[in-house]
Amino acid sequence: MNDKILSVKDLHKSFKDLKVLQGVTIDINKGDVVAIIGPSGCGKSTFLRCLNMLETPTIGQIILNGEYLYKNERVYLKREMKALLALKKQKLFDEETQEKYNAIEAEYVALRKAEKEIEKKANKNIDKQRQKIGMVFQQFNLFPHLTVMQNITLAPIKLKKMPKEDAQKLALNLLEKVGLADKADAYPSTLSGGQKQRIAIVRALAMEPDVLLFDEPTSALDPEMVGEVLAVMSELAKEGMTMVVVTHEMGFAKEVANRVVFIDEGVIKEESAPAEFFGNPKNERLKEFLSKVL
Amino acid sequence: MTNFDIFYEHFITYKGYKEYFTGLKNTAIIAVFGLVIGFLLGAIIATVKIIPRKNVPLKIAEKFFDVYVALFRGTPMTVQLLLLHYALFPMMGLNIEPVAEAVFIFGLNSAAYMAEILRSGINAVDKGQMEASRSLGFGFVPSMTRIILPQAIKNILPTLGNEFITLIKETSVLSFIALMDVTKALKSLADSTFEYFIPYIVLALTYLVIVLIITGLIKIMEKRLAKNER
Repeated sequence: MNDKILSVKDLHKSFKDLKVLQGVTIDINKGDVVAIIGPSGCGKSTFLRCLNMLETPTIGQIILNGEYLYKNERVYLKREMKALLALKKQKLFDEETQEKYNAIEAEYVALRKAEKEIEKKANKNIDKQRQKIGMVFQQFNLFPHLTVMQNITLAPIKLKKMPKEDAQKLALNLLEKVGLADKADAYPSTLSGGQKQRIAIVRALAMEPDVLLFDEPTSALDPEMVGEVLAVMSELAKEGMTMVVVTHEMGFAKEVANRVVFIDEGVIKEESAPAEFFGNPKNERLKEFLSKVL
Repeated sequence: MTNFDIFYEHFITYKGYKEYFTGLKNTAIIAVFGLVIGFLLGAIIATVKIIPRKNVPLKIAEKFFDVYVALFRGTPMTVQLLLLHYALFPMMGLNIEPVAEAVFIFGLNSAAYMAEILRSGINAVDKGQMEASRSLGFGFVPSMTRIILPQAIKNILPTLGNEFITLIKETSVLSFIALMDVTKALKSLADSTFEYFIPYIVLALTYLVIVLIITGLIKIMEKRLAKNER
């Protein structure tokens, strides 16, 4: 089981009263290319953003390489306690329930202490952990005041203490791979959307992450530029990079991903290999969704 | 004797220029260091206001800064000088060197404006910039200093220039606390000769030239910062 990179268990996320994620469980193994699809507003982007803690979940746990990024499961015990207390109002609170309540409360206090400890450690390590999780955004988010080269080498130089020459060499190699070596000294504002996104991928790659997260990487692109970005992503997949891709590109999901996940109403409704997923979908909502997008 | 002869006599022969240059020096020191203090303190206030999840000390600090900004933006510079110099500092038993005191008060005043200017500049930077920086593994503070602030400062440079110009012109109220600045130097010269025309023209030109020089410098800086635009 040591090839498990990310492990997510029963992840919930609410914004105030709006429940976006309602219990997502998934393991991501080394070399996996997971495509996440679903109708807009289903929580797929929120889920991805929880994976590197850009959003703080409300319940559940996330483990990266065996270390907690997030853990909060005490809520369930709290709920049990509340349920028992509700009995008290109905005068159904006998000695037995009192004992049960005490036991749960003790368990809760212990778990709370343990989880607070984990939380403290996770908060302390989060910047270190994020170095192992690359992220590519829909809006590219390149740094406009830095050149392409500086965009790529900033993090390796400052965070990994890589010598400047090595970082530049690495950056040039990666730029070569995506066909943009001639843009090293350009500023992002002079590039097309497709070029920006390829640079953004290189920037994430330069940190040599264990897993790359893509948040609708082609949704902000002109149709003619979608292909060049997808080609880079397919190349990465072939090289064995672990990727989690939120996408509307069914072609990519079908041909490049080895697992396709359908999220709807904040939960995973179906997950299978692409052939099965597109050829023989089981969930009704998925069937309906596919009939609309294919 | 013509107006000019009188001015010449007092300014050159009786060495009125000494006071003038002392005044100029004080004006420059107080405006520049006031701006620096204002910028640093303003940056701290703006940062505290912008941090999304606050613990209790930060919440208290934010409330404190809210009151601070309201007080310093809500009262005139002159009143702040008078109140602090003649009332609060003596009451606290403080006896500070006058120029340092003026730098301090101007810094406090400027910080209140600077905090708001910086905050709006930071808020104008796309949220994705912070997220991209954090996702690479930079902490909040390095993300701020390396990614957000350089962009924010570019956005607010014209406003920042305005603030500096305002600050320079406001030093003309320093005579209220008996500090020698350009205004006081030329006013006392005018008062002693009963010849007002030339000293006050010189005074006006002095401020005008300083402000024009700063405006020019800011334009140059803006051009240099705009190099990454198409």
